Amino acid sequence: MKISYYPGCTLKTKAKELDRYGRESAKALGVELEELENWQCCGGVYPTGKDEIATKLSSVRTLENAKKNGGKLVTLCSACHNVLKQVNEEIKTNEDFAFRANNYSKFDEEYHGETEVIHYLEMLRDTVGFDEIKKKVVKPFKGVKIGAYYGCLLLRPSKVMQMDNPENPKIIEDFIRAIGGEPVIYPYRNECCGGYVTMEDKNIAVKKSSAIMESAGSFGADLMVTACPLCLYNLTQNGGGSVPVKYFTELLAEALGVKEED
Amino acid sequence: MPSETLKEQVIRISGVNPLKCMRCGKCSGSCPSYEDMEYHPHQFAYMVEKGEIEKLMNSDSIYKCLTCFACVERCPRNVEPAKLVEAVRLVKIRQQGANHLKAESIPEKLDAELPQQAIVSAFRKYSK
Repeated sequence: MKISYYPGCTLKTKAKELDRYGRESAKALGVELEELENWQCCGGVYPTGKDEIATKLSSVRTLENAKKNGGKLVTLCSACHNVLKQVNEEIKTNEDFAFRANNYSKFDEEYHGETEVIHYLEMLRDTVGFDEIKKKVVKPFKGVKIGAYYGCLLLRPSKVMQMDNPENPKIIEDFIRAIGGEPVIYPYRNECCGGYVTMEDKNIAVKKSSAIMESAGSFGADLMVTACPLCLYNLTQNGGGSVPVKYFTELLAEALGVKEED
Repeated sequence: MPSETLKEQVIRISGVNPLKCMRCGKCSGSCPSYEDMEYHPHQFAYMVEKGEIEKLMNSDSIYKCLTCFACVERCPRNVEPAKLVEAVRLVKIRQQGANHLKAESIPEKLDAELPQQAIVSAFRKYSK
């Protein structure tokens, strides 16, 4: 099965392993992620201003491109997922934005949010199935206590993201069980790491990320997993580094036996 | 056509009706930047309603919002304070020469691990 795939800027640079392990694992699970041609950076954060048009156009182009290439788009970075999904919702529901974006873009056929944007985790849950993954695991994370770190962007705003319960999610815990690990539920798993504020006021990112690390550590996590390069940066560089943090795709590749060492 | 007041601009850009706020404080209770803000999310709602936009525009609080959507998610009245914070920030940084993050300041903020995503996001939030 082939599905269109949007890697995003950071997966081509600092987070190459998030991308590589994601593709290799998908292949092992029978899904070929086909990178969209000529994709552009999503901008990293969703601009909430109602009159912001230009800042959302790169996402509109990506979504329209995916519409012509199967109609389904898999994202991997939490931030790209959040931006693409929210822009898609906006062009579906905000007539003024849809009119202006289409008027400017001059696509062969107008775009009104037809593409289905799904995160890689949703692909694992809904397309592949966690039970199928379990069957294909050759190296289970037996006895390893793993804390899922959701952060903000996968879950909120839940009206639009519709991935899971925003206050009590379980998709990553189910993933951890599928690869044979033991999920650790800790209170800060859906709290913000500080995100881009590390560029503005590092102290805030240090406080937020440290609280998350301490929370996960005190509940017994040996390891934490995330889908977001900026979360990984904040937790490891600003959070004190008491618990190792990895991309969930790296664990998946390892469990499936497709992780090649560099 | 008479020009828009600052309050009208903020309301138009945010799409938020601050009159819906019942001042329960859940937004500020949920806000990860609460202790680093001079004006807190619930104050944005009533200060916008009262038209005290300049005070907000001139406060560093507009650069402390993490856009984590916790207040948007948890507001029982769909007031969505993060959108008010963003609208006030936009009114400020759209002014000539008011970019908060300057490209010249980037090299000193870089470290070997910093993901591109952080730089792109910060520019989108802090500059026009």
